[in-house]
Amino acid sequence: MEFLVASAIGILTAAGIYLTLRLRTFPVILGIALLTYAVNVFLFASGRLMTGNPPILRDGVDVYTDPLPQALVLTAIVISFGMTAVVVMIGLGAFLGADDDHVDDPKADDAAAEDRS
Amino acid sequence: MNHWIILPIVLPSLLAPFIVLAARYHIGIQRVLSVAGVLALIVLNLALAWQASDGTITLYQLGDWAAPFGIVVVGDRLSTMMILLTAVLAFFVLLYAIGSGWDQRGRHFHALYQFQLMGIMGAFLAGDLFNLFVFFEVLLIASYGLMIHAGGNARLRAGVQYVLYNLLGSTLFLFALGAIYAQTGTLNMADLAERVQLISADDTVGIRLAAVLLLLVFAIKGAVMPLHFWLPSSYAEAPAPVAALFAIMTKVGAYAIIRVYTMIFPPDLAVTDGLHTSWLLIAALVSLAIGMVGVLAARKLDRVVAFSVIGSMGMVMVAIALFTPAGIAAALYYMVHSTLAAAILFLVVDLTRAGRKDLALTAQPPIAGAALTAGLFFVGAIAMAGLPPLSGFIGKLLVLDASFTSDIAPWVWGTILISSLISVVGFGRAGSVVYWKAKSLAPDPEVAPEADPASPPTALSYAAVGGLIALLVAHTAFAGQVHGYTTTTAAQLFAPEPYKAVVLDTPGKLTRPEDKEKADAYGDDAKDGEDH
Repeated sequence: MEFLVASAIGILTAAGIYLTLRLRTFPVILGIALLTYAVNVFLFASGRLMTGNPPILRDGVDVYTDPLPQALVLTAIVISFGMTAVVVMIGLGAFLGADDDHVDDPKADDAAAEDRS
Repeated sequence: MNHWIILPIVLPSLLAPFIVLAARYHIGIQRVLSVAGVLALIVLNLALAWQASDGTITLYQLGDWAAPFGIVVVGDRLSTMMILLTAVLAFFVLLYAIGSGWDQRGRHFHALYQFQLMGIMGAFLAGDLFNLFVFFEVLLIASYGLMIHAGGNARLRAGVQYVLYNLLGSTLFLFALGAIYAQTGTLNMADLAERVQLISADDTVGIRLAAVLLLLVFAIKGAVMPLHFWLPSSYAEAPAPVAALFAIMTKVGAYAIIRVYTMIFPPDLAVTDGLHTSWLLIAALVSLAIGMVGVLAARKLDRVVAFSVIGSMGMVMVAIALFTPAGIAAALYYMVHSTLAAAILFLVVDLTRAGRKDLALTAQPPIAGAALTAGLFFVGAIAMAGLPPLSGFIGKLLVLDASFTSDIAPWVWGTILISSLISVVGFGRAGSVVYWKAKSLAPDPEVAPEADPASPPTALSYAAVGGLIALLVAHTAFAGQVHGYTTTTAAQLFAPEPYKAVVLDTPGKLTRPEDKEKADAYGDDAKDGEDH
């Protein structure tokens, strides 16, 4: 299980970084979504991997799973979800306004043309 | 328990939804509420800073849950000084936003402004790393809204870059938090400081990784080279009052570095020996150089100012990276100065924009009120470049003095002095082209009317800039007292035992088992304390 989780985090992160290095808004947003999935699984694993153990104190149980990472992941999921929605909206606004969805700065002559117009 | 310390967070967080819900269509009521809120914050933070000035550390346990299990808000000298600076800056910037009409050019300026303040205050007061992350997100979400306030294609494009860069930073922050939690099992700063000491010297991979990741995150916020690329276009394209408020946001990164790397990973800690001290100083020197060369190289006035912010952050980081009490004291003094100077320059750039076709460094017809605006720019540029008589000069002297004992002192001195010269030339060129050469051109009757879409600056705008300059002058005149205060603040940071004791030993619900006896002994006191 450790190998599976670790490789899942690694593959998600690698794919996420590859996509965030693209120049268009849409792949970059997808890449950031993949990175947040990777970090959520990573946070989950930071409380040690266990199966079938209760997180809350109970009679007759000796081994517990750590409940705190689950709370952290929940917060992280909510925040990243909201952030993705925001960036989609801003990216859409930028695309509709400029008819161009490149993430990088416009080239110098383009910028000069924009200034003149 | 003292409830006042939570109010700087609670007050803006209640005011913001109230502004949205109750005063949505009434800009006048919004303005009154917003200014009243910021004034209340100033009074509150002044009282808190006064309370902390004798070394008292104020602790607030949310829901009375004891640290490290509960969420805590901690106010010490450093935190209260920073929230006071934030509130004062926010007041003048808000006056400018009202005076220049920026707040009417889009919706919900005042609500977002209050949320932004809530995030900044929370980041300065948070007592554990996860809440630092949460408040970073709060201030970022609000800043996304403020950044694209009033719209426009260039601004939206810069906004996309800004948001994406910061989302990556947040993801990195979460990775760092996960690594720290996996290694230590806690995220409370005081508790972390104790547990990191216990990590054995042959099992340091995880915690070293976490320390570096965390430094990277804070370096993104503080715009330290090579993570500064988000800053120039974001700050240049953001609405002027927003850019002026953002001057405090880079300082949040600097604050976080000071807090984490004096308490959790202090320079003499064996586990992370020399890890950040060796890298941060070099990165800071390079970003100082890049910022000041950028001042000379930029072709638009707003970019000149944005690059000078990178340079002054580099200066702050140089002083921090020394990790000595004298260095931190100099860094805190310079931080206050750099916040005020950057805010003044961004607002003056906006005053200049009002009468010009664009902000390119070319000779254009003279603008309305040119003499006053040029004078204000002159004062701001002197402050930012660090020339006497203003506080930039004193701050720079303090940094030079603090770096005297460093191993690479010649490099530090050389970089600071040469970059100062470059920035003087850069500001001199920008100012003379924009303000002086204007006289040599006859106004073009065809271009001038349509090139003046913005209303001319009002008296309130000038008053706001003047207020900030008055603060800067006061910062210079009372440099001795301020530096004395920052020196004692640095001393408190390098002796974190009282901080840890207050956070970890204050009884509450679910106190740590070994503290149980102590808690029982405190029991009666705690009951008495609840009445206050």
